[in-house]
Amino acid sequence: MTIAPACPLPLMQHETVQMAHGAGGRLSQTLMQRVFMPHLHNSFLDLLDDQAKLELPAGRTAFTTDTYVVSPVFFPGGNIGELAVNGTVNDLAVGGAIPLYLSTGFVLEEGFSLVALETIVMSMASAAQNAGVIIVTGDTKVVGKGQCDSIFINTSGIGTIREGVNLSCCNLKKGDCIILSGTVGDHGMAIMTSREGLSFQSHITSDCAALNGMIGKVLDAVPMIHAMRDPTRGGVAATLNELAHSSSVGIEINETSIPVKPDVRGACELLGIDPLHVANEGKLVLVVPAECSETVLNVMRAHEHGRDAVIIGSVVNDHPGMVVMRTVFGSRRIVDLPLGEQLPRIC
Amino acid sequence: MKYIDEYRDPLLARNLLEEIKRKATRHWTIMEICGGQTHSIIRNGIDQLLPDSIELVHGPGCPVCVTPLESIERALLIAAKKDVIFTSFGDMLRVPGCSKDLFMVRSEGGDVRIVFSPLDALQIARDNPLKEIVFFAVGFETTAPANAMAVYQAAREGIENFSVIVSQVMVPPAMCAILSSPDNRVQGFLAAGHVCAIMGYEEYEPVAREFNVPIVPTGFEPVDLLAGILKTLELLEEGRSEVVNLYRRVVSREGNRFAQETIRKVFEVRDRQWRGIGLIPGSGLGLRPDFSRFDAEKKFNVTHICASESPQCKSGSVLQGILKPDACPAFARECTPEHPLGATMVSSEGACAAYYNYHRNAYSL
Repeated sequence: MTIAPACPLPLMQHETVQMAHGAGGRLSQTLMQRVFMPHLHNSFLDLLDDQAKLELPAGRTAFTTDTYVVSPVFFPGGNIGELAVNGTVNDLAVGGAIPLYLSTGFVLEEGFSLVALETIVMSMASAAQNAGVIIVTGDTKVVGKGQCDSIFINTSGIGTIREGVNLSCCNLKKGDCIILSGTVGDHGMAIMTSREGLSFQSHITSDCAALNGMIGKVLDAVPMIHAMRDPTRGGVAATLNELAHSSSVGIEINETSIPVKPDVRGACELLGIDPLHVANEGKLVLVVPAECSETVLNVMRAHEHGRDAVIIGSVVNDHPGMVVMRTVFGSRRIVDLPLGEQLPRIC
Repeated sequence: MKYIDEYRDPLLARNLLEEIKRKATRHWTIMEICGGQTHSIIRNGIDQLLPDSIELVHGPGCPVCVTPLESIERALLIAAKKDVIFTSFGDMLRVPGCSKDLFMVRSEGGDVRIVFSPLDALQIARDNPLKEIVFFAVGFETTAPANAMAVYQAAREGIENFSVIVSQVMVPPAMCAILSSPDNRVQGFLAAGHVCAIMGYEEYEPVAREFNVPIVPTGFEPVDLLAGILKTLELLEEGRSEVVNLYRRVVSREGNRFAQETIRKVFEVRDRQWRGIGLIPGSGLGLRPDFSRFDAEKKFNVTHICASESPQCKSGSVLQGILKPDACPAFARECTPEHPLGATMVSSEGACAAYYNYHRNAYSL
């Protein structure tokens, strides 16, 4: 059967997202066939059912969801698409799960560039392939101009938790080592310095990456790791505070051991922002029994995402719920949760 | 990183500390003027490393802290107006007025934007000729030249949809007010390096002579601060009331003449209310009559708005070095960064916020 065009205008001459792209009609189908399916197609999506039917391996299942609203949607080192895949993959992996399947939901602003959308979808496909996960179901909605900021993406993910692994924020024990996989603040400062209104240029790129490969190797070598987190919003400071609070222990870190790239440090100095409060999208904080720390470090340093892995501190019995830093001068100060948005200082 | 690492050198810092310990023969009270210096001292734990004989008290040099409540109330009213794009340095957005802050105005639909320079606000005015662009011109002598330049440029280009709420203050009158107070404990000053970069240190010489205090302009890094403390201590021990510049990589005696001239073209000296402290004669700047059409408070007819402080807040005493933040009964109890009673707990440079963020429960450190 051939379907005659209902409208004299050729459908794909649109260069931007139209309200009709989300209305479930012909234009929606065109969007699916021309933009999404060529890059994301797989045996689940090809069925075009309203749901994916999955068979999960035996054992416990991890399930997570996250919504990505980053601005700008294209930033040095990545875009919102790969962020949406890697972020959810990492949320599964830090719980000890092997990420398997993802869903994705798009909210598109009327007028958003279809070329940009396709670029984002291609990045998602490539990120999913790199992380070894399959995007099995999805949805698209279009909202009017001004009702969202270009594009919002939700991804949810399912994974199977490795046997013999028990990672939890409540597991911290006195004497445990705190390991950080690399430099802090790269993602947040890449975003901040690429936003409009900042009149200096930098070469800072986001660290956006899927960490499940490295995490898998670490857990294969040392399954008894106590806790693992990816320090995204709020940075390493927020992650450490959450860990200390959940386990009712203190954490002490050394200022000299925190790796910060020179350009990230420079931008933070200029804006008056603490790199420990800045978001990361490809870093890992691990809490490991001291006797395993060397093994963990060796495994991590052999991996591209853990080359700069380093012990930054330890778990202590003092000051429960609080993170304290030993400064380069030998004094000590509290490392607190950031309070809301990071605001550049006046002078 | 050049110009940073050498001023954070732990070995240099240790040597300076040893010198300070060796030279201090009695108790001295030294005030660092600038909130940026306070922040650095507390963040790096310099106060913990000093001998007990050197007491640091924290000065009024935080622009966010001393901006009067009524200026903030007026800003909130203007920012909420339709057809206004309200622009401000980021710090000011979180400072509460009587019931809300600029973030809340934004969440209620106000167009409130963070800018990094008043000249960016002027560009927004050029780009949006049908909107009224208002810039919150707060700060000490450091921000005054750029704020003045924005107004000057607007006048030159005939940009009439741009205006400023001026809350500019100056350091020397505040120092004189502190030194004239019957409760004054300050015996020597670390002057604010970046204020001196603009104004030079010449204007501090009469203050040093009149009040018989040493004044040492210095920077913000730990080595700058320790060197400044050591120099102030030496001057105190030798009984010399002099101005000695230790921020030579940035500060000269005459300062930046062009910046000063720009300030003078646009602003004139006025009496000024300081939040928590009260009126300090000749301590502020206001727009000269030639530029009064850029006065947002007049343009939007909000000059009648007044506001009064929470009686619980002791920030006035904190800002004058009479009270340490953690000695305030409300500190970390009724007053926290989430629920600040006064501006010293709001700004990242406020002394109360610095104590809260880095030192609360200092006994357990």
